[in-house]
Amino acid sequence: MKGGCGQEEALIERCRRGSRQAYEIIVRKYMKDAYFIALGLVGNREDALDLSQEAFFRAYNNISTLNSKWGFFPWFYQILRNLCFSHLRKRRVRQSCSLEQLAENGAAAFADDCAEPSAAIEQTELHKQLWQAIDRLDEKHREIIILRHFRNMSYEQMARALFCSKGTVTSRLYYARKSLKEILERQRGPQTR
Amino acid sequence: MTCRQYKDLMMGYLDDELDNAQKRTFEKHIESCKDCAAELEQFKKLKNVTDSVKLAEPEDVLWEKYWSGVYNRFERGIGWLLMSIAGIALLIYGGFKAVEEMVKDPTVSAILKVVILAFIAGLAVLFVSILRERLYFWKKDRYKDVRR
Repeated sequence: MKGGCGQEEALIERCRRGSRQAYEIIVRKYMKDAYFIALGLVGNREDALDLSQEAFFRAYNNISTLNSKWGFFPWFYQILRNLCFSHLRKRRVRQSCSLEQLAENGAAAFADDCAEPSAAIEQTELHKQLWQAIDRLDEKHREIIILRHFRNMSYEQMARALFCSKGTVTSRLYYARKSLKEILERQRGPQTR
Repeated sequence: MTCRQYKDLMMGYLDDELDNAQKRTFEKHIESCKDCAAELEQFKKLKNVTDSVKLAEPEDVLWEKYWSGVYNRFERGIGWLLMSIAGIALLIYGGFKAVEEMVKDPTVSAILKVVILAFIAGLAVLFVSILRERLYFWKKDRYKDVRR
C-alpha cells in the first residue's frame, strides 16, 4: 500500500491521458485491499465486490483530481469508505439484518441478501461474538479496527489512508479497542471479565 | 508524563510501532503502574482474538474476473451517456416538431396554442433560472474543493 512511488506516479499520469491498461495495473495492485476493506466494512461478499469495483470506476472518472504525491491508495480509500458507509446508511444492513436476527431466524436467513459476517470470516463462537462487537462500533472505530487487524496496515499507512496524523491513529485505535473490549465484556457476561 | 499520555504509547507498544527508547519508557511505566499494566494485559488478550480472525479468501476466479467487472462499468458508462444525449436530443426535436405542427394546425384553437406556448416558455424560464442558480452557488462554494 505504498503511495507516491515513481512507477505509480507514471501510471497515474498515463491514466490521466486515458490509458485503461495503466489503470488495470493499478486496479490489480489494490483490488485485494479494496475488496477486503469493503468486506470488513459491509460484511457481505457480493456488496463488497460491487462497492470496491464501483469505487475503482469512480476513481478513474475523477483521476484528474488526484494529486500524485499522495499516492493512489489513500485517495482511493476515501472514495471506497464513503461508498461503503453510504451503502450501510442507506440499507441499514446491519440494523435490519443483524446476527441476532440471523440466529433467531435460523439457517434460512443466511440466504438473504444482507450482512452476513459468517460468510466474511472463518469463525468460531468467539469470532462470532467479536464480529457482533465490531458491528456495534461507530464508523470511525470500525474502520480503524478493519484497517489494522484485517489488512494489517501500519500506523503510517493508516495515517495516510485516513488523512490524519499518527497521533490521531493511535488515539482512535485506543478508543476503538476500548469500546470493542467493553462491548465484548457486556456480551460475554460478568463471569468472563 | 501522565497515565493518559502513556495510553497513546500503549497502542504503539501493543502493535510494535515504538522505537527502542519509547518502548523502554513505556516498560518502565508499567512496572510501577498497576492500572496501566492491567489494561495492557486486557488489550493483549483482545489483540490475540482480533489477530486470529481471518477474512475468508474468495476463489481465484474472483480475482481473475475482477478487472472485467470494473471495465464493464466503463462500457456501461459510455452507453448511458450516449443514450442520455440521444434521448434528450430526440425529446427536444420531437417536442419542437409537435409544437410546430400544433401552431400550424388551423383546427387547434388560438387559446390552446397560447396556453401551451406559455407552458413551454415557463418551463424554459424555470430551467434557465435553476441552471443559473446552481452555477452561481457552485462558483461561490468555498468548500467545493474540500474533500469530504
